[in-house]
Amino acid sequence: MEAGGASAPRNRLAVAGARATTEAMLRDQPRRDVIRNTVFAGLLLLAILIALAGLVALVTQALVRGSSALSPDLINNPPSTAFPDKAGYRPAILGSLQLIAGVILFVVPVGVGAALYLEEYADGSRWWNRLVEINIQNLAAVPSIIYGILGLAFIVRGPLDLGFILAAGSLTLALLVLPMVIIAAREAIRAVPDSIRQGSLALGATQWQTIRTQVLPAAIPGIATGVILAVSRAVGETAPLLLVGATVFVTFDPTPFGSDGYSAMPVQIFNYIVRPQDEFQTLAFAGIIVMLAVLLAMNSFAIWLRNRYEQRW
Amino acid sequence: MSSQTTIATQPAGGPPRRLQATSKRYGERAVKWALAFCALLSVLTTTAIVISLIGPTIGFFEIVPGSEFFFSVDWTPQFEPPSFGVLGIVAGTLNVVIWSMLFAVPLGLATAVFLSEYASPRVRKVVKPVLEVLVGIPTVAIGFFAVTFLLPHVIVPLWPGEFLGGAEGKPFMALAASLGIALMVVPIIASLSDDAMRAVPRGLHDGAYALGATKAKVATRVIFPAALSGIVASIVLAISRALGETMIVLIAAGSTPNFTLSPVESIQAMTAYIATTATGDIASGSLDYKSVFAVGAVLFAMTLIMNIVSIRLVRRYREVYE
Repeated sequence: MEAGGASAPRNRLAVAGARATTEAMLRDQPRRDVIRNTVFAGLLLLAILIALAGLVALVTQALVRGSSALSPDLINNPPSTAFPDKAGYRPAILGSLQLIAGVILFVVPVGVGAALYLEEYADGSRWWNRLVEINIQNLAAVPSIIYGILGLAFIVRGPLDLGFILAAGSLTLALLVLPMVIIAAREAIRAVPDSIRQGSLALGATQWQTIRTQVLPAAIPGIATGVILAVSRAVGETAPLLLVGATVFVTFDPTPFGSDGYSAMPVQIFNYIVRPQDEFQTLAFAGIIVMLAVLLAMNSFAIWLRNRYEQRW
Repeated sequence: MSSQTTIATQPAGGPPRRLQATSKRYGERAVKWALAFCALLSVLTTTAIVISLIGPTIGFFEIVPGSEFFFSVDWTPQFEPPSFGVLGIVAGTLNVVIWSMLFAVPLGLATAVFLSEYASPRVRKVVKPVLEVLVGIPTVAIGFFAVTFLLPHVIVPLWPGEFLGGAEGKPFMALAASLGIALMVVPIIASLSDDAMRAVPRGLHDGAYALGATKAKVATRVIFPAALSGIVASIVLAISRALGETMIVLIAAGSTPNFTLSPVESIQAMTAYIATTATGDIASGSLDYKSVFAVGAVLFAMTLIMNIVSIRLVRRYREVYE
């Protein structure tokens, strides 16, 4: 600044030069770049509209073609080949509910336990802990049909030998979504700041007391969100169930350990889909409406839960 | 040990207080082991998958020669004599994967660029969850939508005439399944690529604007290359989802093994073969039963390779920005 007086003319010259250059460039720019920019933005918008149009078309088609079958019969009546206008989803809905209850019973304690071990106890530099981590990442991307094969060879037959019962299907689905739950629970636990743990430990709490009374309560909203998303995945999963005995036509209410067979919502929809008659196609669309409504409610609840209880530390 | 931890904490009077735990805390240890067992269960799952695939697969290769399985293109298990050329259904899977990615990658990336660079926070807050709903739609519903809507109302009217034999009058085709899968994986690519692009340091972005670059140039020449490894990882994940997708190909692509990459043919994918063959009461020791596991092993190997590639890429991309 002291030298300002002496170099003022030079500064002014430099500023003028920069301004001239910038203006020249800006004057140059519009023609080509404005057009290009608009075209590019238009293409992006088109892409996103195509993706959204797909979603809208799917939902609209289901509503248009399935709404005529929406009635209490749909939920109350068992499927029937002889009277398609009276057929419904009762055993499938009950089957799905029981499958999901089993999934939750298994996946919540095991998934949260595994996440707690990896976040709170495991020493990440040990090879066996790294192996567990890589393994979970890997499992999360294994195709669901492979879990079906696992269920068939390991749970229905083989070592566990449960037979084609609902509990076997439930266990298969639970193993399928377990990695999702572990990953979500780990993120929720990691988001609890260390100062909370250190404060608790400094007051004399043991590690497990700290986890039980401080870490877990703070992580519950995140864990719950992950569990709901995992359960909604399990609700819609069809392929593995085809392999572990969710059978074609079940007209009675299934039980967890009954060996007469069981059904699930998406499997029943699939069975209606493969029948060519229009009545069954309508039933399939109606079933899809029911599933979309349930899944949408679950996902919205999960998102609401995440936003409502999201804590900023 | 105890001489180090026994520190005089009280300035005067009384014996020095011990800071060691007053009990052995067996309960604490039991909890730790119980939690470790939960984590171990996931490793046991992988082990169980590998074991259950290997046994019957070995049994399969005792009957069917490896040369036939890996090099023949005829997958006709129901014929007499049966032929087990896995290429016949690997081609079906690849057909669907290639065509679905051809649509899903541009759509997904464009959506990601739009969300991260063009959309206002408000638009983004609405569009992103809506797209993520697509991931939650049951694949049965997408498959049914593909065969009852996309095939007759989108593919047939838009297909260029008799190109590749024409699209008219076919009840199933690979392209219908491909479009269904594209619908399913676009949100995966969009959401993960959007995250990757938003992880690019703000400075790069602002610097480019300060140099007078236009929005399109910032997006394509600065943000996109900087986020490339994350973007590629999202595409790899999408490919592995497409490889393993069962219900969409089962419903929309037909069930005729066909060694072709033509999108208008009816094909059979590996997953669809497994799902149609291994239902219900298949006899445990039969050749069909064993073939399911052999195909499953090939599919598992393919997705494993994709997973390893994806994990590597994600790790590399994390190192850059954390």
